[in-house]
Amino acid sequence: MTRFKGFIIKEFYHIFRDYRSMVILFGMPVIQILLFGFAINMDIKDARIAVLDNSKDVVTQKIIQKIVSSGYFKLTENLSGTKDIEQSFKNGKLKEVIIFEPDFTKKLYKDGQANIQIIADAADPNMANLLVNYSNAIITDFQKELMKSQNIPFQIIPEVQMRYNPDMKSVFMFIPGTMTIILMLISAMMTSISIAREKEMGTMEVLLVSPLKPVQIIIGKVVPYVFLAFINAVVILLMGTFVFGLAIKGNVVLLLAESMLFVIMALSLGIFISTAANSQLTAMMVSLVGLMLPTILLSGFIFPIENMPLVLQWISNAIPAKWFIIAVKGIMLKGTGISFIWKETVILAGMTLFFLAMSIKKFKIRLE
Amino acid sequence: MENVPVIHVENMTKKFGDFTANDKLTFEVFKGEIFGFLGANGAGKTTAMKILCGLSSPTSGTIRVAGYDAYTQTEMIKKHIGYMSQKFSLYEDLTIVENINFYAGIYGLKKTEIKEKTQNLLTKLQLWDEKDKLIKSLPLGWKQKLAFSVAVFHEPGIVFLDEPTSGVDPITRRQFWEMIYEAAYHGITVFVTTHYMDEAEYCDRVSIMVDGRIEAMDTPSELKKKYQAETMNDVFTKLARKQNN
Repeated sequence: MTRFKGFIIKEFYHIFRDYRSMVILFGMPVIQILLFGFAINMDIKDARIAVLDNSKDVVTQKIIQKIVSSGYFKLTENLSGTKDIEQSFKNGKLKEVIIFEPDFTKKLYKDGQANIQIIADAADPNMANLLVNYSNAIITDFQKELMKSQNIPFQIIPEVQMRYNPDMKSVFMFIPGTMTIILMLISAMMTSISIAREKEMGTMEVLLVSPLKPVQIIIGKVVPYVFLAFINAVVILLMGTFVFGLAIKGNVVLLLAESMLFVIMALSLGIFISTAANSQLTAMMVSLVGLMLPTILLSGFIFPIENMPLVLQWISNAIPAKWFIIAVKGIMLKGTGISFIWKETVILAGMTLFFLAMSIKKFKIRLE
Repeated sequence: MENVPVIHVENMTKKFGDFTANDKLTFEVFKGEIFGFLGANGAGKTTAMKILCGLSSPTSGTIRVAGYDAYTQTEMIKKHIGYMSQKFSLYEDLTIVENINFYAGIYGLKKTEIKEKTQNLLTKLQLWDEKDKLIKSLPLGWKQKLAFSVAVFHEPGIVFLDEPTSGVDPITRRQFWEMIYEAAYHGITVFVTTHYMDEAEYCDRVSIMVDGRIEAMDTPSELKKKYQAETMNDVFTKLARKQNN
C-alpha cells in the first residue's frame, strides 16, 4: 500500500509540474463552460417571423396572437400572397413564415381539420429546427385548448406546458454536453498520454521489471485522473447551478455516480488507446480525432441524433457519450431515477468491461 | 569470484509461432561476475533478457534466476533483480531525491532506510547539493550514474543493464564501468548487453549470440586466442561472417 501511495504521489508531481496538463485540467473546463454558456447562445428570443393569413378569421388571429405573445417570436410582416414569401426571406432577417389556408375556421369546425404550413430558413439548420419545434408546440397547445373547451364547456384552461425544459434555455443542452467532453478529455486523453509518456521515456520497462504488478501500475496511473475528473464534474455542475441557473431536478448522488461510471469508462478507453500508442503524440492524435470528434459530433450534444442520416444514427450507438448524455439529461432535467436509465447504465458498464478486456489482451500480447 | 551460479539456464527455448527466437540456450552466471551478453540486433538478446527478468515466459528449458524458477516465481525474481534500460529511465520532471524515493518505494524499502541510503549515495556521488534539482537539468553522464545507482539501490543480487552506455561519450562510459566494477566487487552480479565491443573487453566473461543461439562463450582473452583475433571486435566479426557463409 505504501508502494501504491508513492506511485500516486509521483503521478501528481507529473501533473502539477506540467503546465500543459494544468491548463487542460483546470483551465479548459471553465473556459468551455463560459464559451458554451455565453458565446454560443442558442436561446430563442424575438425570432422574426411573417404570417400569410389566407383566412383572417377568429381562430387564425388567436393562433397568431398566441405565437407572438409567447415571447419567442416577433411578427414583422403580414404577407399578402405566396409570391411574397421568397422575397421576404431574401430581404431581411426573417426566420420563419407561417401560412394559414383559406377558410381555416370553417374547415376546422366542419371537417375537424385545417392546415398550417411552416416555412423556416434552414440556412442555420439547428435554429430552424428549434423554431419549427417551438411553433409546433404552440400550435399543438392551442389545439388542445380548443378541444378541451368543446368537450367541457365553460371551462377554458389556457395551459402552456413545455415539458422538461420549460424555459427552453440552452444551459440544459450544453452543461451535460460540456461535462461529457471534459470528462472524456481528462480521462481518456490525459491517461493515454501519461501512459504513453512512460513508454516513450523508457520508464515503463523499469516499472514492468519491478515487483509492481501491471495492474498496479495501470491503477496507479489512473487513480489521480479519476480524482481530478470527479472534481471537474463537480465544478461544472456548480458553475451550471450558480452561473447559469441550472436546477438539477434529480438525485445528485445518482448524477455523480453516473459521472463516475462514465469517467471509468473513459479511463478504460484511455488505457486501451495507450496499449496501442507508443508515443505521446500518437496517443494525443488518436484521442483527439478518434474520441473528441465523435463525442462532439455524434453524441447528440450539438447536432440532434434524430436529424442524422440513418447510418450515422447507427454509428452514434457506439459512442459512449451518447448514452451518458441521455442519462445525465434524464437526471438533470426530468429527475428520473435509476429505473429509467438502467439501460444507459448497463451499456456504459458493458463498454467499460469491453475496453478493459481488450486492453488486458493487447497488453499481454505486447509483453510476449 | 565465488562459484555460486545466480543465473542457471539450461536449454532455454522461446518460440513465437514458427520463429525460434532463443534456441536451447545454456549458460550459468556466477555471483559477482560481470557477464557480457553480446549479439547483433535481432539475435535474440532482448527476448532472453525479458525471460530472465520475469517479463516473458520461456517455451521450454530450465531457468533459475537468483534461485527462483522463471515459470512460477517471476514475482520473486523481480524482487531480487535490478534493471536499467538504455534510456536511463529516470523521471525528468522529478528531482533526484524524488526519483530515488519513488523507485526505492516500489521495491518496498522503508522510509528511514531510504533516507539514510540516499544521503550516503548522494554524498559519494558528490550530488548532495543537487539533490533537489530536476533530472532534466542534469548532464547525461550524471543521469546515467544516477540511473545505475537507482537500479542497485535496493541491493539486488543481479542487475540487468540493457545497453547502458548507448549515446554516452567515452570518458563517461569509462567512469560508468568503474561503477559497474564497484558493484561487482560488492557481490552484485552484472548482466550487461552492449553494442560497444571495447566494452566487451571489460567483462569477466562474454557470450555471443547469433541467430538465436549462443555461438561462443568464454573470457575475452580466451575468445581472442580461440579465434586468433586482436580485439573482441574481430572475434565478433569472424563469428558473424562464419554464420553468413
